Amino acid sequence: MASYRTPLGRARGLGAAKHGVGSWIAERVTAVALVPLVLWAVFSGLRLAATDYYGAVAWLTSSMVNPVLMGLFVIVGFLHMHAGLRVVIEDYITKTSSRAVLLLLNLFVCALVGALAVFSILKVALGGAY
Amino acid sequence: MTDAPRERPLSPHTTIWRWHLTMATSILHRASGCALYGGGLILAIWAMTLAAGPEAYGTFKAVMGSFPGKIVMFALTLATFYHLAKGIQHLIWDAGHGYNLKTATMGAIATIAFAIAATLAVWIIAAMTGAL
Repeated sequence: MASYRTPLGRARGLGAAKHGVGSWIAERVTAVALVPLVLWAVFSGLRLAATDYYGAVAWLTSSMVNPVLMGLFVIVGFLHMHAGLRVVIEDYITKTSSRAVLLLLNLFVCALVGALAVFSILKVALGGAY
Repeated sequence: MTDAPRERPLSPHTTIWRWHLTMATSILHRASGCALYGGGLILAIWAMTLAAGPEAYGTFKAVMGSFPGKIVMFALTLATFYHLAKGIQHLIWDAGHGYNLKTATMGAIATIAFAIAATLAVWIIAAMTGAL
């Protein structure tokens, strides 16, 4: 089928979008931040696995270090999860509709689950546990 | 874009390249990242069950402490340390260093060695501290 679009119309939008650098750098910045955070998280996971509910609540309420670092770990971790899976989807899913659905799903899952996790950490840390 | 996607020329890559260590570890970096996406969701469930109270948290700990749960946690430990080590090599590459063939291959070997050693160390510590 012959296309009535002009050569310029066909070419538009196929080149560099001029905003890729920002997301590329954001993925690396979160990666650097996650190096110390993930080591702390593994160490914390070992302590949490050895204790029960009351021990975990005590761990999260005894000082401001654990809730703050756990909150940062969740926020930075979910930002990195979103950035990483976004690149995977953009690389392998070529069908425009499936790609759009998966990119939206990735964003919404990361935002919703991340928000639920941060809220839960704050709730326990600020003494709202029951 | 109403036009159907046209076949674009592709450089031959996976079909003609011999498998080598830097290539395999890079692919595994992506795979471990996808696995850790699931790990992030488990982390969120940890926080939510803790906020929900002792009963929910007890169920969470029972599920994660079961045999299938432990296998998942072991795999996630391995994926964590692997993704961490390979991620550092990728950051060095992003900074423009370490492209020498010998250095790159050594980094890939170091990544695998670190992931296995750190995972075993964590699970030995877990067994000794009663975390299992």
